[in-house]
Amino acid sequence: MNVELLVNQLVIGITIGSYLALIALGYTMVYGILELINFAHGDIFAFGFLFSLTVLQFLNLEYPLSVPQIISILGPVMVLTMLAAGLLNVFIDRVAYRPLRNAPRLAPLITAVGASFALENLFAIWKGPSQIFYPPYVPRVDILREWLGIDTIIGFSTTDLMLLIVTIPLMILLSVFVRRTKLGKAMRATAQDREAAAMMGINVERVIMSTFFIGGALAGAAGMVFGLYLNTGRYLMGFEAGLMAFTAAVLGGIGNIAGAVLGGYFIGIFKALSDLYLPSEWTRAVVFAILVLVLVFRPAGLLGQATQEKV
Amino acid sequence: MAHNGTREHMLELRNVHSYYGAIHALKGISLTVDRGEIVTLIGSNGAGKTTTIRTISGILHPREGQVILEGRDISRTPAYDIVKLGVAQSPEGRRIFPRLTVLENLEMGAYTRNDPQGIAEDLERVFELFPRLKERRNQQGGTLSGGEQQMLAIGRALMARPKLLLLDEPSMGLAPVLVETIFETIVEINEQGTTILLVEQNALMALEVAHRGYVLQTGQIVLEGAAKDLAASEMVRKAYLGEE
Repeated sequence: MNVELLVNQLVIGITIGSYLALIALGYTMVYGILELINFAHGDIFAFGFLFSLTVLQFLNLEYPLSVPQIISILGPVMVLTMLAAGLLNVFIDRVAYRPLRNAPRLAPLITAVGASFALENLFAIWKGPSQIFYPPYVPRVDILREWLGIDTIIGFSTTDLMLLIVTIPLMILLSVFVRRTKLGKAMRATAQDREAAAMMGINVERVIMSTFFIGGALAGAAGMVFGLYLNTGRYLMGFEAGLMAFTAAVLGGIGNIAGAVLGGYFIGIFKALSDLYLPSEWTRAVVFAILVLVLVFRPAGLLGQATQEKV
Repeated sequence: MAHNGTREHMLELRNVHSYYGAIHALKGISLTVDRGEIVTLIGSNGAGKTTTIRTISGILHPREGQVILEGRDISRTPAYDIVKLGVAQSPEGRRIFPRLTVLENLEMGAYTRNDPQGIAEDLERVFELFPRLKERRNQQGGTLSGGEQQMLAIGRALMARPKLLLLDEPSMGLAPVLVETIFETIVEINEQGTTILLVEQNALMALEVAHRGYVLQTGQIVLEGAAKDLAASEMVRKAYLGEE
């Protein structure tokens, strides 16, 4: 076996895993509080892609951008995208889930599927049904070979680096937020016992709103980074990415934040390894086979809590 | 401690009717709690004790009648605002947050407060009342024993520095020696100036520490009076103290 080739696939896996993990966090946070699978969450990722592209096209920039431009232009556009994606997710909660807060659990699941379809079709009207080009604003330079002059088949480019520089700090930030801040602790308390949280004086609806906002913002950032990284997308891209990210969340133990990150990297690496040994049409089959295997032996996922304590 | 002619109760329930879906759980409850008192609600399972607590704390809203806190109608106030008005509770079944640490659980109790100084003082006070919690402050709530979880639930409610503390079945599931300790602590909390509404199945213990009491039966108050009179009444002795 070629070690360099294996390392190369691992690098790809970690990059893919990073944006999947960012999306998976939104699934897991919402599930943690509402026990709801927000099927429209993948489409928020697509929205991040489409929205940031629209803003960048409006700015009419010449690409590739220089490093100062990347920081001074792409930075604020990313913040704006996260804001818009977060608000969109809050809006979806307001119209599709909140009116059904006390309804049987199947009801918001159905409206989640509906919200997803609605978004996808709006995207198709907005940007058309065909493949969309996302200009390579971040120049792609092969760091190891071109800059460092190392003779290797391992590809690690500036766009890989950009993706890691955006996604990993966001994940660390979220983890610190949830563990250390008052609102973060209130989110965990609400996820563990919504009614007891209300008895503490926590405004549960506000916590739920914050959760949708933060999850949506992370997915929006992932969508923009994905555009800058792969330079192509489509109105339906949220479906595929969402499916993978949801799988990652379940694999890691849905409701568990560290689990979502771990699951994201797991899926990313398995995807990349599968592409090494099998034709790419097998990728999904491999990913889901692994999911099935993990769930057979660990039904709560890799880091999941046994569900019995939710009595 | 009457301040002036018009005596205002700390808490008053006026003809409160509450429902669980279609079930008519409270059928016109009227009661009062005055500043500095321990008042107990006793009655068998399903009498409506917990429903009364939940109606006061805003988890449930009455369909009819009023809940009045210091002269203010809170029947429609959301639960999180009622905490701000000075009502905290240790709920039935403790309901501590199992995957937050003991310290984080206590912090959640102080969620509505913004005075770090006062919060730190109250934390010390809770640790004085329950030294076990101090020893275990960095442990996850779910790993505590039943008795420790009960202490945590009461301590967490105290962290709100409530004027009125609602205690729902603090003795449930505890060994007799622990029940003693919990009740001693309840008296101590009261002596430090907190008004307490205590719901108990253990009527004997409850009437021992309370000033006044109400007896609930199928959603209605059937008897009320000074705790020692209730403890002596034939009806209570038969129904709740297990005497023939």
